[in-house]
Amino acid sequence: MEPDQALADQQILSSRALRKLILEESYRAHVGHIGSALSVVDILAALYGGAMRLNSPDDPDRDRFVLGKGHAALALYAALFLRGWLGRAELASYCADDSRLGVHPTHHLPGVDFSTGSLGLGLSIGTGSALAARLLGKDRRTYVLLSDAECNEGSTWEAAMFAGHHRLANLIVVVDVNGQQALGPTAEIMNQTRMPELWSSCGWAVREVDGHAPAAVREAIRPHHQQPLVVLARTISGRGVSFMERQVRWHYLPMSDEQYAMALAESEALL
Amino acid sequence: MRHEFIAKLCELAARDPRIMLLTADLGFSVVEPFAQAYPDRFVNVGVAEQNMIGLATGLAEAGLLPFCYSIATFATLRPYEFIRNGPIAHELPVRIIGVGGGFDYGTGGSTHHSLEDIAVMRALAGMMVLAPIDGPQAAAALERVWSAPSPVYFRLGKDSPRVAISGGQFELGRAQTMRRGAGVLLISTGALVAETMTAAEALASGGVQATVLSVPCLAPAPLADLRTALADANAVLTIEAHQQAGGLGSLVAEVLAEAGLARPFRRLAATQPGAGRGGSAAWLMERSGLTAGRIASAARELLLLSRHEPDSVDHSTHP
Repeated sequence: MEPDQALADQQILSSRALRKLILEESYRAHVGHIGSALSVVDILAALYGGAMRLNSPDDPDRDRFVLGKGHAALALYAALFLRGWLGRAELASYCADDSRLGVHPTHHLPGVDFSTGSLGLGLSIGTGSALAARLLGKDRRTYVLLSDAECNEGSTWEAAMFAGHHRLANLIVVVDVNGQQALGPTAEIMNQTRMPELWSSCGWAVREVDGHAPAAVREAIRPHHQQPLVVLARTISGRGVSFMERQVRWHYLPMSDEQYAMALAESEALL
Repeated sequence: MRHEFIAKLCELAARDPRIMLLTADLGFSVVEPFAQAYPDRFVNVGVAEQNMIGLATGLAEAGLLPFCYSIATFATLRPYEFIRNGPIAHELPVRIIGVGGGFDYGTGGSTHHSLEDIAVMRALAGMMVLAPIDGPQAAAALERVWSAPSPVYFRLGKDSPRVAISGGQFELGRAQTMRRGAGVLLISTGALVAETMTAAEALASGGVQATVLSVPCLAPAPLADLRTALADANAVLTIEAHQQAGGLGSLVAEVLAEAGLARPFRRLAATQPGAGRGGSAAWLMERSGLTAGRIASAARELLLLSRHEPDSVDHSTHP
């Protein structure tokens, strides 16, 4: 029995609800990284809306998730909230003093397995997690969400080679290919046109997908069963807010009152 | 020391199926007994020390006990941030085995000399830092801490001293008194304790009695033992195959200062020759003053100086 069908039938987490929470909380906290969070909304909607096997935060045998691009933590918090694993009051503590919810996620939060934020660490830890499941005979999977800029990190490729060599088919990576990194377009900073060949040459199954189509993402992240799988998800940073889309400044800036009102209205018009 | 350590690890692995050995493609003629006995729990991750620590973090989170093996400098410096954000941040029981502390890989050149590992490992909150004297102590230390919940760094000598002197004793957070004498206190760590003992014998033959304190456990630091020994000492010399900043001498200086103890105090530590020069471990140790003869003469000089140091500063020349 292929267990994914039952999961696929589950309701997809609402991308619209995720976007609304991201805008609300980043506005309230007056912090940036909005563009990065909006970039992965539809991917998280697919992962937390049925693709991952998530019984309860306390279940050691549930699927693992590693947010390699830790700076999109607000999107993860919103998903955990919609999943019922995080309270509304705690979500509203985002970036407050003495909060467990910072710009980058920590494993002290229920359902967050690993603290991340330093790019290039995520795939390595995720690979260890997948190897552990194999060694312990556990039928769980490890999902890792990387940013495309994270593929600049050499350690990402150390892990990619290892996982490919050991055929860790329980490891699924989604790369948020928004074509943008901290100081400009990847095309200018570190060109990634050969990404599919690079992953493939490391022994990975490679799929490409529109990262803003949750159902398509969910379909693409079905494990390959013989190889680790990487899904190159084409996305748009700041997705859903016209003045934020593909703008490097929204990697950093908080919103003004006016911008917030516009952003909310625009993003709600989107599915 | 490496062989005794791996032999003990094999013994423990027979008891506990969680134990794994990861190597970043090093350990020829050392790791084979484990690899042969437990092929499913031995992983050569390739030349990829960062990934080794990342993997170990993922493995430990799932309940396994990974031991990560490499040359000391590669095991600590290359993946340093991975250690900090992995086993340290997550408080996971990852073990790091760094072989060849100091100048053990002498002719390998400066990339292979591990002179900062103790300093950087000491700087990590929650990291246990152990530097056994000899093979029996390395095995005893492993037996003592193998299932500890915290991360552990083992600084092992490449080759054991010719004569084992620890008696196979190891206590966590404790120093070991190797010899007692009223003249001078010599404090050392790791395989260099053997050389320090030889220096103490040379001093004794010249009429100077030394206490030799071994510090095989640098973190948790043996604060009580150090305070007691320092309070009793006339003069204190630390000896380490490590750079001066952040190592054993720094630890002893911290204890001296915080205890308010004014004692004549010198630190013998390793220095790179510079200008592209290199040589054997023996030559590099001699250059740094880390041989028995040089340790003994440094101790004599320190005692001589201490006898000439005035008890108090003369303020008469100040207005």
